[in-house]
Amino acid sequence: MNEITPTSAERAERLQGLGCKRKRVEDIRFVQGKGNYVDDLRLPGMIFGDFVRSPYGHARIKKIDATKAKAVPGVIAILTAADLKPLSLHYMPTLAGDVQAVLAEEKVLFQNQEVAFVIAETREAAADAVELVEVEYESLPVIVDPFKSMAADAPVLREDIKDKTDGAHGKRKHYNHIFEWDVGDREGTDVAFKKAEVTIKELISYQRVHPCPLETCQCVASFDKIKGELTVWGTFQAPHVIRTVASLISKIPEHKIHVIAPDIGGGFGNKVGAYPGYICSVVASIVTGRPVKWVEDRIENLSSTAFARDYHMTTEIAATKDGRVTGLRVHVLADHGAFDACADPTKWPAGFVNIVTGSYDFPVAHIGVDGVYTNKAPGGVAYRCSFRVTEAAYCIERAMDILAQKLGMDPAELRMKNFIRREQFPYQSALGWEYDSGDYHTAMKKAMDTVGYTKLREEQKDRQAAFKRGETRELMGIGVAFFTEIVGAGPSRNCDILGIAMFDSCEIRIHPTGAVIARMGTKSQGQGHETTYAQILATELGIPADDIAVEEGNTDTAPYGLGTYGSRSTPVAGAATAMAARKIRAKAQMIAAHLLEVSEYDVEWDIDRFRVKGIPERFKTMKEIAWAAYNRVPPGMEPGLEAVNYYDPPNMTFPFGAYICIVDVDVDTGQTKVRRFYALDDCGTRINPMIIEGQVHGGLTEAFAIAMGQEIRYDETGNITGPSLMDYFLPTAVETPKWETDWTTTPSPHHPIGAKGVGESPNVGGVPCFANAVNDAFKFLGSTHISMPHDNWRTWTVAEKLGLHG
Amino acid sequence: MAKTQIAMKVNGKAVEALVEPRTLLIHFLREELSLTGPHIGCETSHCGACTVDLNGKSVKSCTMFAVQANGADILTIEGIANADGSLHALQEGFREMHGLQCGFCTPGMITRAHRLLQEIPNPSEQEIREGIAGNLCRCTGYQNIVKAIQYAAAKLSGVPAKEAAE
Repeated sequence: MNEITPTSAERAERLQGLGCKRKRVEDIRFVQGKGNYVDDLRLPGMIFGDFVRSPYGHARIKKIDATKAKAVPGVIAILTAADLKPLSLHYMPTLAGDVQAVLAEEKVLFQNQEVAFVIAETREAAADAVELVEVEYESLPVIVDPFKSMAADAPVLREDIKDKTDGAHGKRKHYNHIFEWDVGDREGTDVAFKKAEVTIKELISYQRVHPCPLETCQCVASFDKIKGELTVWGTFQAPHVIRTVASLISKIPEHKIHVIAPDIGGGFGNKVGAYPGYICSVVASIVTGRPVKWVEDRIENLSSTAFARDYHMTTEIAATKDGRVTGLRVHVLADHGAFDACADPTKWPAGFVNIVTGSYDFPVAHIGVDGVYTNKAPGGVAYRCSFRVTEAAYCIERAMDILAQKLGMDPAELRMKNFIRREQFPYQSALGWEYDSGDYHTAMKKAMDTVGYTKLREEQKDRQAAFKRGETRELMGIGVAFFTEIVGAGPSRNCDILGIAMFDSCEIRIHPTGAVIARMGTKSQGQGHETTYAQILATELGIPADDIAVEEGNTDTAPYGLGTYGSRSTPVAGAATAMAARKIRAKAQMIAAHLLEVSEYDVEWDIDRFRVKGIPERFKTMKEIAWAAYNRVPPGMEPGLEAVNYYDPPNMTFPFGAYICIVDVDVDTGQTKVRRFYALDDCGTRINPMIIEGQVHGGLTEAFAIAMGQEIRYDETGNITGPSLMDYFLPTAVETPKWETDWTTTPSPHHPIGAKGVGESPNVGGVPCFANAVNDAFKFLGSTHISMPHDNWRTWTVAEKLGLHG
Repeated sequence: MAKTQIAMKVNGKAVEALVEPRTLLIHFLREELSLTGPHIGCETSHCGACTVDLNGKSVKSCTMFAVQANGADILTIEGIANADGSLHALQEGFREMHGLQCGFCTPGMITRAHRLLQEIPNPSEQEIREGIAGNLCRCTGYQNIVKAIQYAAAKLSGVPAKEAAE
């Protein structure tokens, strides 16, 4: 080797492949204000749509009079259910097997439900006309408490299906019942509880929240009457699914529908589903022959599209006196609002909530879920988590703390005692999952050592004594949470959306100069896919990441995929990326051997080239091979260097982590200060540590928001209270704690590069960690469970009830 | 509706237009001037995605009428880059420190930080956090935004940041 020959290390570094803190390619446009979001789009002749919405939570529509509204200058048309009904578009199918009203026909079922769609030349004219549409209502009794949904005398909410005894997921027990779902060994669990030395039982409720991305849901629909083609630009986390659904609903052939998701300003689950705004915009464009833009405002966003959680989990653990868990029993009452529009894989009406055994070796467990209708907005999306996994993690992590309290054990010690051991992986859980890999004890120990856990507990004891002596008004809480996520949906044997298996895809084309374009079935909403997929490809193909363009979101050009949510991009599309690249490398190997005039078995891969075994100076770089693919392929071989892979994952991936949080609670103001938050994540192989850290920061901040303040509340008459940023808690830089991040690496054994996904872990682990910290502060005073959100008022109220205000 | 004549300077260029009195400044910038960098996130002046610089102050252009900006000197994200087209230290800092993810808050955040660094050339971490409290970000958790602003402050002032963000 002479001086000018780059070393292997230099060649590898030049690729900016796996494991490197590559700066994001997306940022160049974003920092200059040159992102391309839906609302930035302006088409010639474009007009605007806006909704008339219900002021009532439950009411009969007596009359809609749009005469005055139609007289507003610039108003083109006003759509109501009566216009959509002849087209069979007044209802749309939901992902959960229910239907949802696009425009309310006879009744409204939640406040701010869509009643009419005004189409006008300008957004201002549309807004003016919305005010002038006169709707006469007769108000009806309202259900906002899910525990009252199935009362014998409860009002009928869904008249359209009231006599249907079979729902999409089996028998319905009541006219306001949606489904019953249960998993596990009911009798075996009952036996475990009968034999148990110690049991705990607690109703653990996870409040209704909303993902609230900074950009709301929006679209532009444009129907070309001459070609009979529809183009829809929209904030879609799953553009291909939207196209298929649009085709099934509209009967426009799928190849004549073009769905384009441009840059998306955050999704967090809000932008998975289909909403009435999309359907109305499409209809409006077909009717008027002009492009129609619909943009939600913030109040519409928080009150009508995609709530999350609203799970009420009655949780019981059976255990031995020395703290070994012997059984878990959970019953969930799931409030789905007025329509079952949950965005779960079709066969999973309660998502993957059966991950509720968490990180612990429960010999037996049972979970039952009842979904019910209420007069609240539909949704039930996975807000920065895999399907219902934050609910499960919050449930088990609170319950383990409550058990520790009852046993008089340290919560970390109880967890260590019951963790699934490293040698038990792949591990079959009592509720049906096969966990791929894990090393929980190592992660927990590292977390405890780093924060100085034992010393913190000593300090807490001293402070509790000082509090009792009246020397301080602050309580110290230490929150411990250990979560196991289940992400990467999913294997075709059990995961589909409306019959389409939840694979994902990557198509790679290598051009003659060695430049690459890769197209994906997923869609970034800020995760940095253009940067990280290129890193996987760089390592697999030996081509610098800077020479690889990654494109997503255009259904005309991208291979079919199920989109980005549930941390599935890395586990599924990331795997497809590696597998497609490996097809290319196999062909490249044959071309290289041909060029080097040796057998393909006599060449070997070396970072960015194939070389002749034993003669490293005889090689062909991938760049040379790319050129040859277009002019000197072996006889009989097709020219070109392209591949596509549709990856059907053999299993989910199971990222995990150990989080520890220290808070100080002022009992007189209810204010909780986060002193320290340490997050150790194990997401398997790490693709870009900078982006992983950014994802963890962001997920923890959303966890902080949920645990400490977010709640979508309804009053007893069905009014949604506070659906704007005046009331809905989005933390600023001032409240947001500082985050300490750490990691262990336990690769997934079934993923081509061992990666597991990370974007949602911090939300899943963060929420119970904060909740456990606040609860931990109060537990020495006899408190067992305080519900979220832990805002100042609620915390002050707890202190008041405990008699701490003298 | 009757229209009103307005004139202002936007990113150094003189602009004249006829607008409805109720036209919001953000709609005027985005739709009349095609400056789509500033975004609309809440319409209630909480989120700061629409932040622009107006006569030397950070303002939320979603809760101000275009006619109120008559005669003003406005700077948007589109006018932040250096005269030679290279990235401003703040734009560079946001990329270097991974201070953005979805990019939706970024134009407002950078525009606010641009003003902040003129108000306090070498701010402490706490001063940065308080200085950007009118701008919400749902992706980053702010920690890397703080670092990005410190990066720019150090580069612009030639003085190292007062304290690290971690």
